[in-house]
Formats: sequence, C-alpha cells, structure tokens
Amino acid sequence: MVYSKSSKIGDWVVVVFCALLILVCILPLLNVFSRSISSSTALIKNEVMLLPKGVTFEAYTNVLTDSKYTWSLGWTAILTVICTIISLTMTVLCSYPLIFANLKGRGVINTYIVLTMYFSAGTIPNYLLMKDLNLLNNPLVLIIPGCLSVFNMIILRSSFYGIPESLRESAELDGAGPIRILVSLYLPLSTPTLATLALFYAVGRWNGFSDALMYMKTREYFPIQLLLYNILNNLQSVEVATQEGFSNPGLSESIKAATVMFATVPILLVYPWLQRYFIAGVTLGAVKG
Amino acid sequence: MSAIAAAPGKPSKSRFLIYLSRYWTLYLLLALPIVYFAVFKYFPMVNILVAFKKYNITTSVFNMEWAQNNGFEHFIKAFSNRDFLYALRNTLTLNLLDLLCGFPAPIILAIVLNELKFKMFKRVTQTIAYMPHFLSWIIISGMALQLFAPTSGLVNLALGKIGIGPIHFLDNSSNWVATYIFLGIWQSVGWNTIIYLAALTGISPELYEAAAVDGAGRFRRIWHITLPGLRSTIVVLLIMNLGRILGSEFDRPYALSNKLVSDVSNVISTFVYTHGIKSLQFSLATAVGLFQSVICVLFLLGANAMAEKFGERGIW
Repeated sequence: MVYSKSSKIGDWVVVVFCALLILVCILPLLNVFSRSISSSTALIKNEVMLLPKGVTFEAYTNVLTDSKYTWSLGWTAILTVICTIISLTMTVLCSYPLIFANLKGRGVINTYIVLTMYFSAGTIPNYLLMKDLNLLNNPLVLIIPGCLSVFNMIILRSSFYGIPESLRESAELDGAGPIRILVSLYLPLSTPTLATLALFYAVGRWNGFSDALMYMKTREYFPIQLLLYNILNNLQSVEVATQEGFSNPGLSESIKAATVMFATVPILLVYPWLQRYFIAGVTLGAVKG
Repeated sequence: MSAIAAAPGKPSKSRFLIYLSRYWTLYLLLALPIVYFAVFKYFPMVNILVAFKKYNITTSVFNMEWAQNNGFEHFIKAFSNRDFLYALRNTLTLNLLDLLCGFPAPIILAIVLNELKFKMFKRVTQTIAYMPHFLSWIIISGMALQLFAPTSGLVNLALGKIGIGPIHFLDNSSNWVATYIFLGIWQSVGWNTIIYLAALTGISPELYEAAAVDGAGRFRRIWHITLPGLRSTIVVLLIMNLGRILGSEFDRPYALSNKLVSDVSNVISTFVYTHGIKSLQFSLATAVGLFQSVICVLFLLGANAMAEKFGERGIW
C-alpha cells in the first residue's frame, strides 16, 4: 500500500500517543520503586523523582523483619492458593454439567445461577448471613462466600462449548461416563481457559479487601491489602508525629513505598505470561454474558 | 428428551432410568454449586426484610417488629438523612463523570491501537496498558498518596520545576473528584480496550484497502469503517454502564477518600458500610442498599428496552 506523507506523520503521532500511555502507566510504579530504595535524607529533601537517590535497602529489611507484615504476606499467599483451587473446582463443577443439552432441568438451573448476577441481597443482608453462619472472624469467610463467580463460570462454559460435541459423543459410545470425559477430554483441552480463570481468582483474592474489612476483626487473619491499608493510614499518622521529631519521616516514607511494592510485584510477575489467554477469556465472557 | 419424560407408560420410565443411570453424576457435580448459590446468594435475600423491621439482635428476622409507617420508617429516615443525600448525590455525580470521561477513553485507545503499524510495539503497549487493571485500589491509593503529595510527590515536584503549584490533588474537594476520575480511567482504560479490539478483528482488512485505494484519509477510514465496526459493542457496553449509574463500587471510593474530602467522596456503598457495619444501624443501611439495587434494576431494564428500540440486540 502506498502512504502519503501526511499518513506517515499520522503514524508517528499514533506512536507518540502510545509511548505517552506507556509512560503514564509505568512512571508511577518506577517512582514508588525508587522511593522504596532511596535514602531517607534524599526523601526528606524531596530529591527523589524517577531514579533512586542514595540507594539503600533499609526499608525492605524493616518490612521483612516486621513479623506482622511477613506473616500477612505468607497468609495471603496460602489463602490465594487455597481459594484458587477451590474456586476452579467449583467453576468446573458448575459449568461442565450445563453443556449437556439433554440434561433435564438445565434451563431452570441455568436461570437460577445467572439471576444471581443481576440481583444480590446487598451488603448488610450478606453481613447478617455471615453472622448467622458464625463466619465472622472465621478465616473461612475469606474463602467460601466468594468461591464461585458466575462470570467466570460463563467463560469456562463457553470454552467447553468450543470443544466439538462429536468428540464427546464418540467417547460416550466407547462407554466413557461424564466424569471420565471431563477428566480426560474437557479439562486437558481447556487448560488455557483454566489458567486464565486461575489468574482471575488469584488476583481477586490477592487484591481482595472489602470482605476482610467487613467480616474480619482478628488481626492474624488480615490479608495483605487490609494490612497495607492500615499501614498506609497508620504511617500517615506517624508522619504527623514525626513533624514533632519522634521518628524518621524519610524512612516511614520509604517503608510505605516498600509495602506497596511487596503487594504489587507478585501480580506483575504473573499476568504478562497469560495475556493471550485472558484476552480470549474476556472476549468469550463478553460475547456470551 | 423432555418429550420422552413427559410421555406416560412403562417404556418411558425405563428410558428415564437409563437416562438417570448415565447422567446422575452430572447432578452430583451440580449439587455443590446449587447449594452454594442457595446459601450465599438466595438465602440472604430473606434478610432484606430487615429494611422494613425494627432490628433486634435477639430474634430472627421474621419475628422482629415491623417498623413504623407501614414498615417504611427507615426509607423515610434515609431521605431526611443529610449523609445519605450527600452519598446519593456523590454516587450520581461520580458515576456520570465516569461515564462521560471513562466511557469514550477505551474506544479512543482501541482506535489508536488499531492504527498502530508496528506489531511488536503494539503488543508491548497493550501488555503495559493492561497492568493497572491488576492493581488493587489499595495499592493505587498508596501510589496516589505518594505521587500526588503536595510537597514530596513526583507530580508536584515536576510541576514545581515549571513554576506551577503545589496543587492539592487529594485534599481539595474538586481536585479530588478530578483525581478520582483520572485514576479510574488510568486503572481501566487498557483493560476495557480488549473487547473493542476483539470487535475490530472482525473487520475485513480489504475494507481498509479499498478505502485507501479510493483515497479516503485516516479520519474518513476511522469514521466510516472502524467506528461502525464498533457500534454494537459500544451500544451494549453503554447500556450496561447506564444500568450501573446508581451502582457503586466500594474499594475505589473507600481507598481513595480521606476526611478532608468526605463531602464529595462518600457514596452509597461507603454509607452502607459506615452506617450499617460500623455503627450497627442495620435497618437503615439495608433500606438504603435495597433502594439502590431496585433503582439499578429499573435502570438496567430501561436501558435495555431503549437499546432494543434502537435495533440492537440488547443484553439478554
């Protein structure tokens, strides 16, 4: 194709636009990272912009020697793994039977499930339920109530629908039962979708915050986000105290930055590898949902 | 199959048994999810009654006394509650601004990405643009507190170099609203392009080539090929967003707000949390939540009807 000169200029405008977008996305993270490894004097003098000044890992050692923080990181990691496994299992259990066109009552069950996407009881009715079920301050409250997402169920079901029915029929003729077909046919063929859903569930739990805020008063079970929220706010009050000279304001600044880094990095390490799959997943869910 | 099950007589019964012997495991698989939805989604709906009752911790919701004014006492109270009226106003304002600024953003970005000729660079841009979607609002608020700090934040340091500021992004009401909207776009714009980009892959490249041969410039191609290709996606997403105009997220306003801006940052979801769970006014908070979800459903139905009138397939 032949391009005119103006079209070439347009191409470069587009490139510059995208480059700016990349900067706007990355610079905040770079700034926080630089603050986390800058010396406290540089931070007090407001010298840290994009690159670190007077590199020190004091903030990280401070955070890592704080047992409250490391415990919360470990607990959230365990919680994330447990939740992801349970949620994936529940999602498979829910979506697989619904692809059998001759399953009696399929329509009713389907409506029963999808309706919950549009009507929810609300914050307080849910809170009262947790109270009645004795789930308040119980670690299970961070696992069970959110263990199945209808949206994710629809994504997996669409992916199951994409597997040719003839494959299933021939397996049935060979005498394989539904469970056998699920394990040896549908699950292996849907690994990309399962990986995507695992990412969605894991990120959801890792970033989850409001359920712990509402249902959990026991500090030992605070997930990392709730602790981070408290640290950010407590440190703010520490900062006020430091103006009267109680402790080191620069260090508290870099500790804040370091805690943000700890909560961010695990996700940043995972999501790019699954990009191809989650794009497909989101698109499927949007079309069928 | 259902026809066979409906027919009376012996043969159908034995067929039904064959059917059951083959498929009973499927019902077994479904049992756990069905119980889950019953317990955690349908059962709590009973507690909505609290909105019409005098909350009493010692008894079940059915035995509580009805509230005054035929049970509508708490709704009336809500509408004479200054905090609630502010929350209602803020929910509407923030959502409208979100819709106005945040809705076109991914469409524009998708069109720009579609114009990008360098495949590798496009991939990198996309990957990085998706990143903010994976950050929690707590993390974003933590970063925002640092970036926008009046004396030490990157943004004000940079503005200071060109002689502007310092601007109080987070502790001045109108600036806070702008920051809130901006951060919302920052977090979601990349992610929301996914669905538009998927729609664009459906457009045949031949159309662009033909248009180029006919001498159509870039903007004419965007206007006559790209945008029409996005039309139905835009309409469906617009409906879903209109349906959420009175809905409210919790994490975003809760994490970003602070005491200095509470007059513009309190929304219905945070009102329900502070008045319900923190100060234990369960009936009032339930009434407010119920009011919100009823309005939401009405908006969704209305928007959907509107879409069908415009000849789109709607969301059902």
